[in-house]
Amino acid sequence: MNAKLDFAVLLRPDYLGMILDGLLTMLELTVLAWVLAMLVGMALAVVRMTSSRIAQGLVAAYVEYHQNVPMLVQIFLWYFGMATLLPAHWQQWLNAHHSEFVFAFTAVGLAMAAYVSEDLRGGIRSIPRSQIEAARALGLSYLKASRLVVLPQALRIAMPTLVSHTVLLFKNTSLAMTIGVAELTYVTRDIESQSFRTMEVYLFATAAYLCISLLIMAAGAWLERSLRIPAR
Amino acid sequence: MQDILTILRDNWTLLLVGQYPNGPLGGLAITLLLSALGLVLAFPLGVVLALARISAWRWLAAPATAVVYVVRGVPLIMFIFWVYFFLPAVIGRTVSGFTTMVVTLVIYQAAYLAEVVRAGIEGLPQGQVEAARALGLSYLQTMLKVVLPQALYNMVPAMVSQFVSTIKETSLGYVISVNELTFAASQVNNTLLTKPFQVFIILAGIYFLLCSSLTQLARHLERRIAARRAGTDAARPAPLLGATPAVALKPAE
Repeated sequence: MNAKLDFAVLLRPDYLGMILDGLLTMLELTVLAWVLAMLVGMALAVVRMTSSRIAQGLVAAYVEYHQNVPMLVQIFLWYFGMATLLPAHWQQWLNAHHSEFVFAFTAVGLAMAAYVSEDLRGGIRSIPRSQIEAARALGLSYLKASRLVVLPQALRIAMPTLVSHTVLLFKNTSLAMTIGVAELTYVTRDIESQSFRTMEVYLFATAAYLCISLLIMAAGAWLERSLRIPAR
Repeated sequence: MQDILTILRDNWTLLLVGQYPNGPLGGLAITLLLSALGLVLAFPLGVVLALARISAWRWLAAPATAVVYVVRGVPLIMFIFWVYFFLPAVIGRTVSGFTTMVVTLVIYQAAYLAEVVRAGIEGLPQGQVEAARALGLSYLQTMLKVVLPQALYNMVPAMVSQFVSTIKETSLGYVISVNELTFAASQVNNTLLTKPFQVFIILAGIYFLLCSSLTQLARHLERRIAARRAGTDAARPAPLLGATPAVALKPAE
């Protein structure tokens, strides 16, 4: 192990460029996957609320699959497997446009959508039915009762789990390195193998991950506090 | 479908036990061994961390809380690399990938188990502690004889879920070439070359069967324990207030 830590090595122009690119790729991956997870998760939660047994079963299967198969395996299945099932000209286009990045955020986003849909469902289910009945009795339409009475409370209840699953999503983006996406973990390994300053590089990357995770948790806690409905 | 069956027929021993008995154990056997060892060894550490975290002594609670937050905030893959690079330097000799993975899982799971144990302890009615203390039991006796036995029983479903998480986490052994299930499947893929979708759908299927049945077991246990608790708690006037969500849900008067 190195006797003395020398973080200046991280400021060498070539390494610094790699680190910044890695951080940027990591954040892009996180944001895209998060948006995908939210959109698909919301759609799944809505479908699960419908009365169709078949639709409910399909969503349940979707959730069950994504929660019981390792994230890494899902990424491999998308990158190595699904890619081969696409039409040839799609494959060519994707290969020319960083297919590894596209499949990484698709895999992470779709997996997290399962968690998001469960969070939302849990929130909605915790609102007593009598609230909807009361809202309907007051003359609100079903949509208005959902939008004005159920969802505002359900989202607040779902907040803590949504935040912790956002942190999970963020951490899972590190797995994209296995298919060659140059995000933070990938460039960390790269710089380590070039510079042999193992301690410095890994300390920096670990601290960066920790800071962003804590930032997400803090933002979530702040949002929860500022959205809290004052108790009567 | 035909392809999937052929691949399974030709490679099932490799996926289940690796080269064994003509070579080292691998595949699903190593995945299960890794997860079981990881969780069992992490358990005592998790209980200690949980007790430290809820301790009234700040010099004990602060570091335990820090450990939990670091583990929750940093990807597992980073821990694997830390152990991979620094464990040999610390103990002064080379370490196998299997050991690296076990050590990583123990550290990682201990922090998550600590949160499970803490939730179990905090889920018990405060009256239990008060009654035990009133009867003259010391803090440690109260914890060991009254609180933990009940908390641990209530936590059994959460522990099964944690086992599922651990199984999923062992797939990262692939990154440092530990010969577990994911690694075995990628070897199969490398020899076949032309059937990646079929190989990885088999891999996903094996994990799914294993983890999904354990998840079902956890749900079943949870229902049973909830029913048992509801039965014994029926005489009590109010449900646990601590279990209600933080948001005020009182209907408008």
